[in-house]
This record gives sequence, C-alpha cells and structure tokens, in this order.
Amino acid sequence: MSVSPLIQTDLDPRDRGGPAQPLLSVSGLIKHFPVRKGLGGQKQVVRAVDGVDFETLKGETLGIVGESGCGKSTTAKLLMGLIERDSGEMLFDGEPVGGRALPWRAYRRQVQMVFQDSYASLNPRMTVEASIAFGPKVNGVPGRQAVERARGLLARVGLEPKRFAGRYPHELSGGQRQRVNIARALALEPRLVLLDEAVSALDKSVEAQVLNLLLDLKAEFGLTYIFISHDLNVVRFISDRVMVMYLGRVSEIGPSDAVLAEPAHPYTGALLHSMPSLDPDNRTQVALLAGDPPNPIDPPPGCRFNPRCKLVAPVCSSIEPPLDPVAPAHRAACLARQPGSGHPDAPAALAAA
Amino acid sequence: MTAPVTAASVALDGAVTTAPPAEAEAFIPSRGFWGHVGHRLVRDPVAMAAGAVILLIIAVAILSPWITPMDPYKGSMLRRLRPIGDATYWLGSDELGRDMLSRLMVGARLSLFMGVTPVLIAFAIGSAIGILAGYVGGWTNTILMRTIDVFFAFPSVLLAIALSGALGAGIFNAIVSLTCVFVPQIARVAESVTTGIRRRDYIDAAKLSGASALTIMRVQVLGNVVGPIFVYATSLISVSMILASGLSFLGLGVRPPEPEWGLMLNTLRTAIYVNPMVAALPGLAIFIVSISFNLFSDGLRTAMEIRQ
Amino acid sequence: MSETPAVELGDLKVGFGKIRVVDGVDLTLERGQAMALIGESGSGKSVTLRAILRLFPEGRSRITGTLKVAGRDVLALSKRELADFRGRTVSMIFQEPLLAFDPVYTVGQQITEAILRHEKVSKAEARKRALALFERVRIPSPERRLDNYPHEMSGGMRQRAMIALALACRPQVLLADEPTTALDATVQIQILLLLRELQRDLGLSIILVTHDLGAAVEVADRISVMYAGHVVETGSAHQIVRDPHHPYTIGLLRSRAEGAMDKGARLQTIPGSPPDLSNRPPGCPFAPRCFLAAERCRQEMPPVAEIAPGHRVACWRTEEAAAAFRAGEAAHEAVPA
Repeated sequence: MSVSPLIQTDLDPRDRGGPAQPLLSVSGLIKHFPVRKGLGGQKQVVRAVDGVDFETLKGETLGIVGESGCGKSTTAKLLMGLIERDSGEMLFDGEPVGGRALPWRAYRRQVQMVFQDSYASLNPRMTVEASIAFGPKVNGVPGRQAVERARGLLARVGLEPKRFAGRYPHELSGGQRQRVNIARALALEPRLVLLDEAVSALDKSVEAQVLNLLLDLKAEFGLTYIFISHDLNVVRFISDRVMVMYLGRVSEIGPSDAVLAEPAHPYTGALLHSMPSLDPDNRTQVALLAGDPPNPIDPPPGCRFNPRCKLVAPVCSSIEPPLDPVAPAHRAACLARQPGSGHPDAPAALAAA
Repeated sequence: MTAPVTAASVALDGAVTTAPPAEAEAFIPSRGFWGHVGHRLVRDPVAMAAGAVILLIIAVAILSPWITPMDPYKGSMLRRLRPIGDATYWLGSDELGRDMLSRLMVGARLSLFMGVTPVLIAFAIGSAIGILAGYVGGWTNTILMRTIDVFFAFPSVLLAIALSGALGAGIFNAIVSLTCVFVPQIARVAESVTTGIRRRDYIDAAKLSGASALTIMRVQVLGNVVGPIFVYATSLISVSMILASGLSFLGLGVRPPEPEWGLMLNTLRTAIYVNPMVAALPGLAIFIVSISFNLFSDGLRTAMEIRQ
Repeated sequence: MSETPAVELGDLKVGFGKIRVVDGVDLTLERGQAMALIGESGSGKSVTLRAILRLFPEGRSRITGTLKVAGRDVLALSKRELADFRGRTVSMIFQEPLLAFDPVYTVGQQITEAILRHEKVSKAEARKRALALFERVRIPSPERRLDNYPHEMSGGMRQRAMIALALACRPQVLLADEPTTALDATVQIQILLLLRELQRDLGLSIILVTHDLGAAVEVADRISVMYAGHVVETGSAHQIVRDPHHPYTIGLLRSRAEGAMDKGARLQTIPGSPPDLSNRPPGCPFAPRCFLAAERCRQEMPPVAEIAPGHRVACWRTEEAAAAFRAGEAAHEAVPA
C-alpha cells in the first residue's frame, strides 16, 4: 500500500554537492512583460520580477510572501520554466538549469509544483488515479506500475484508493482535490516541491489538515519546499526561512522567526501589522499603509517602497538599496539598516567595520 | 499537554492521514464522464424525443428497399399529384405519379448521407487544424486561423455553390464542397475551445511532468475538446442537409431520378399551386430531421456541462 | 422605533429544492451594533445574509420563520416595497465589487443614479452627496475618482466605491459578504477599519459574513458561529475568542496556524468534512467530527442554552468543551516562547 521512498533523506543518490550546497540558487532573475496602454499607446514594461536572488537550502521550507504585483507567482512560473526568464541564473544542486548537465526535462523530474486552484489543476475528464499516474507514465514507468504508484500515493495523502482512485475531480471536495494535487506532484519523486498558494483557497479547518499532511510528507520523503502564500500566519507556521517580496524585488530574507518577529524592512513590519489581531481587547487601530500595492509598471526610482515608507529619507529615492546582511543569515534591502548608506537612521559604520 | 482535547484531536488526526473516516460520504461508484452525460441525457425528454426521431428516420432509411409500400421509381401518368390521404398513395404522388411515401423513405438515405458525411469529414479535419492552432498558438495559430478566416468572408451557401459549380455536379463533388464549407467553422470552434483549455493549470502540470506536446494534446487536451466540438458538429448536420438539398435543388448535387429530399422539393415546385401539401412534404422532412438534430445537440451540450 | 432591534431572525429556514441550507437561525442585531457570522463553506452564513434582502428567486427557494429588519416584516413586503427596502433600509456589499457596478457607466453616475431612484432630490444635489460619500469612505482625490469607470480603479478603491454606493441612500443596516477576502492584507485591514469607523460615525448596524476569525474580531462586537445551517455559538467577540463553549468554535480557534504551539509541530485539526446537507443525520450536525461527541449528541439535537449573559451555545457538553479549551490554553502558556 505504501510507496517505497526512493528518496532517502540522508543518502539521496541524486545529491551531488552535499548538504551544505543550496538545492536551488537563483541570481539576477528578471522577467519583464511588455504591455501597450490604450490604442496605439506607447509600449510599457511590467517589471514583474526585476532582479531576484535567493537560495533554497536542502531540506528546508522557504516561504515567499508578498502582495499582488510583488512577483511571487511569476517567480514560481520562472522557477518551473513555465515562462522563459529574460535573464538570470538558476543552479540546481550546483548545476545550471537548462545546461548540458541538467536539461530542463531532467530538472523538472526533480522539481514539482502544486497550484492554488485545486479544480483547474486537475483534468476534469481524467480519473484521479490517471492524473497521478500520467507523470510516471510519460517518464517511462510501465502502466501497471504507474497506477500502483498512484494508488500508493493516494493512500499516503489520506484518500483510500479503493474509494477514490476511480473518481473524477468534480466528485471530490476542495480539500480532497488538493490532496490529489499533492499526490500528483510527488508521483515523480521530486526533491523540491513548489507550493503556490496551495492552501489559500481552502477552509481553515481543511487548511490545517493539508498543512499537517505537508509536514508529514516532507519528513517522510526528505523534501524541500518553496511555499508561496499571502498569509503570514501560515508562512510563519510552515517555513524555516521567509523571503518578502515587493514590486518584483526581494525586500527581506532570513530565518522566519527573526523576520516575522523583528522585521528589518519597514514593509515587512507593515505587512505584519496588517494581520488581523484576534484579540478583541487589542484591535488594530490604524493601518500602517494607505491605498493599494502599486503596479509594477514604472516602479519608483531608488527603493521601491520609498513613497509609502514611514522611514523615508531623501537618499531613498536615489539609491536602490542592496540586499545586505542585518544579522546572521538575515538580509534586508533597506538603507535605514545599512551602515554608511547616507540614511539618517542608518546604524553607525563601525558596527560593520 | 494533558488536556483531553489534545489527546482526542491527535488521535483523530492520525485517522485523517491514514484513512479518514469522516471523509466518508456514502460510497458512490464513479460512472465516469460519459456515464454522467448519458445519465443526464436520458432525463431530458426533449433530447430523447429528438433522438428517437433521428433513430426512426435512420432505421427507415436503412430498411427502405424492403419496406417501401410501392416502387419509388415507377410512375404513372394517370395518377399524378394525388392528394395526401389517397387510398393507394398515402402521402400522395408526385408530378410523375410516383408514390411520395416510398420516395421520401428512400430519399432519407441520400439526404442523411449528404447531411452526415461532410460534417464527419469536416469534424476530423477541422478538429485537427483547430486543436493544433489552439494548442501551439503563436505564429502557427495566426497563419492557420487567418487562412481559415478567408473562407468566412463568403456566406456558406455561396461558397458551397461556387465550389460545387467549379467541381461539377455529382454526389461526390457536393460532399467535397460541403466539407470545405464546414472545415473552417469547426476549426474555429476547435481553436477557441483548445485555447481555453491550454491556459488551465492541469496543462501546465502536464508540461511539468515532462510530457511532450503531442502526448499532452492526445491525453490531456483531446478528451476535453472533443465533446464541445462534437456538439457543434451535430448542430451542423441540419445545415449540411439543407445545403445539400439546396445543391440538388440547383442541379449541382443528386441527379434525377434518384430520390433526394432537396431534389424532390425542386421538381415538385411546379406543382405548388396544384397540390401545395404534397409539394411541401420534402421540405417538412428536411425540417423535422434538422430540428431533431439541433434539439439533440442542444440536449447533449447541456448534459455535458458538468460543474464541480 | 428606537427600541426595535436592527435585524431580528427567528427560526429562519431557507431551503432550495430538497436541501435546507439554513435550518433554524435565531439572531438579533441591536441598532448600531456590528455582528460577524463566521463559518466555513456550506455553513449557510452567506445564505442567511442574502435571505435578509430576499435575494433568492421566489420559485426556487423557500424562506420561513421570522425575518424583521427595523421592525418591518421582510417576508410580508410586496415587490415594490422590497425594491424600496433594498438600498434604503438595508444594503449590501460583496466580495467582488465589479459585480456590483455596471461597467459602462462611471462610478459617480451610478451612485447619483441610486440616490435619484430612491429620493426626490436634484441631480446636482445627488452628485454633491456622491462626492461626500467618496470623502466619507476616504477615496483620495474624490472629485476626479467619481468620473472613473469601475475598471479604472484598483481593487481596494473599488471596494471603497462599492461601500459608498451601498451607503448612497443612508441605510440603517449594512450587510457585508466576505468584503475583504479577495484583497491583499494591507488593503484588507484598511477596509475593516473603515467598516468599524462607519459603524461608529453613522450609527450603522453591520452584519459581516466571513470565514476569517481575525477579520471578524477586528470589526464585530458580537460573533455568531455557524455550522451546517445552525448557529452553534453566539456571544461577544471576547466570549467567543477567550471563552468558547462549543467544540466547533474551539476547533476553529485551534486549527489556525498562528495558534500552533510551536513551529513544525502538527496543527490540531477538525477531522473530516462538513455533513451532506441533503442527508442530515439526527442529533447534533457536528457530532461526527466532534472530539467530545457522546451517544446523546448523535441522537438528539442540542437545545440552545444561555450560559452567560448574551452568550448562547447549542451543545450538550458545553462544560467539558470549555474545560478542554482552558486546559489547552494553560498548556499553551506553559510552553516557553
């Protein structure tokens, strides 16, 4: 009934660089979309992802948070190769993705994705079992074995194969469908699973069930997760490290305890403050940010957050802040945190020296 | 941690991840997609009635050589244009004194053949073009679809007549020209359905599993687009019958004395003042069959709309 | 007049065909109060809200019970009275503002039109009121924004414009159906604060339907928790969050990710999924998923008991539930941060 885990946490034959080497490292990732405003209007560019660098360590869960327009979904599609990047480099376990040693096809076998919309991501005309077995089949697993594997995975995600294998997506509830999607992602025995708002559409009690399942599967199969979400509470719960994105760039990245308890970037602070309080005696009194997140066409010069930032100084609109360390393993792109940046709130330079 | 609530929910949690008792609605064996469609279709009285009419007419057409009350080719100069309800000629006789009922029965063969064949061929060709254009997108789509658009510039009747005229009269040429009329229409529907499907997440998921474009089209796309295209094609059968009748009427399709409804309508038009009821019979037959096909395809479309 | 509650629901039942989606809801919303209806999909919270405006087609739905708004019997209203009642006494905002607006008219035209339809005022007067409403809901540069088409506004601004439209005829009650679900976090909190401000400044009575306990706590004085068409627990926000007595409420509070005792530990979940409404089991609808369910729970529907002033619970085992919650909280406190 159970799937024999081909992936051993400690001795994965596919592991090349050892535990210290990041599983996925991304640098200078850029994707711009041309748009035309109005009839015959001038061409403009949506800077959806505009120079993103980060690393995902082996066995960790990296949370990516941000609001609409921050580029988190585009980043996910770029990582999966569903859209082509304009520039930037991606290394998977030390090998350039798309290079000769690791062509896209080989990379994708090791990286899978779970989508937000549990219904749209399953073929309505295929049984659940056939959907899960599809991946192994196209990768050369004989039909019988692929179906066996699908049934084993169904059992593993909490759906009894006898009852569920032959069902169609519309015969399942949202939570059950998302379990099927998770099973399908695991069918190719990936090392990295990208979860793009995978629990956002679920009811809270179902969300908790699926989060527990994700934790169990991660431990059992030795997976690494990239978990994209707009819900800071969920990200705090599941992630080891968190990356905060704003208008196509990374504004802060670091251990989730540090980032979400003592945010170094004012935007992270504002995001945290926006979470409803759940304390009737201590309700939120003021919103730290006014208006909507801006559109990634024509981002402001300098720091992209400067027009809405409470720490803004003149230097903020002229220098684009680099993503520099503020504490061990914790980096933030804010001039107010960087010694010698010219920002009045910046710490004294000797701290760094 | 000693709270009963913790212990209880942990225990229940364990149950959830292995075999969740509470996800246990009564076990419904899955019927499969077409099972569901069939189940819903049989509950639609209009579609069922239309289907019955179609089946009846097909049966009559097939069996006509054995069941016609009289010889459909043998006329009688003495008994021309008998009215409906005549003791010998139940549905009257035509301008050459041939039995209308027998001719209508035998005529169903050619009329149905002329209605269904072009649509079937066009269904195969048009779907292939449309699915390819829709799935590949980009320049392939632009080239294929703009070429198709050229055919749309002509009204379908004119196009059929022009093509038939150029190819010359005859059943085969009529079928070829009708096919050419329907290919662009079916291709366009196939393209729009496929374009819609291509953007669904499950196609992305299939790409991520490393499947080739051809495999994705065959396994993931085809099953989802064939249904809607087929429904559209069924609705074209009635158009095809009417166009085929029109071609015969103009002398470009079936040639006398072969009975075919369009041709019968044509030759009987001289008798429209003498015996209008009999002259209208082939038209009525065309009407009944077309509307039956339309109602049936309507019902099929509704039955296929299964939502989550 | 001033003493009648803003909304009064008594044994309200709403059915569609064979399925009864709302199965006997009793609720009272005092004037100037904000109440939240929370629950998961299929709990009947949205249907309850829509029933107050009688938004369902007559033929296909059945509404029975008491349904009074500002003392008026909504179920007895004629078609014409109903049209006047909607918008003027009660109005509603939705999750998706684009559905509330007509794409071919400017937002200002639509608000002006709404005012003119209900009141005899000049066009200029109506426009002036529309402008005041835009200022009221804090839309920046309101004069210019009145001439925007709905698609020209950003999500948060559209939501504000929809609230302005809902307030156009000075209703007494505002019904809000998941108004912030589709919004970004930083925008959501602005809209929640705006709702609170409107309640305070205009003396508006608000019913907020949401699946998010956090949003409910931010806005509501009182919270009612719905499950399978029943209100299982109702009380002040404080009572519901700090002293819940129904196992389902406790489950909802516990399954929240921020309630996790520590990182990486499993979340406590409510097992299973909601019941099939077309085939209700006897007894408490929550019993099959309840950690405290006893034989009696599966046989008999629990009555609603008032366990403290204003705090009503429908459960046979309220005391055990409350004790379990307190014990869990104590354990939580004991875990070092």
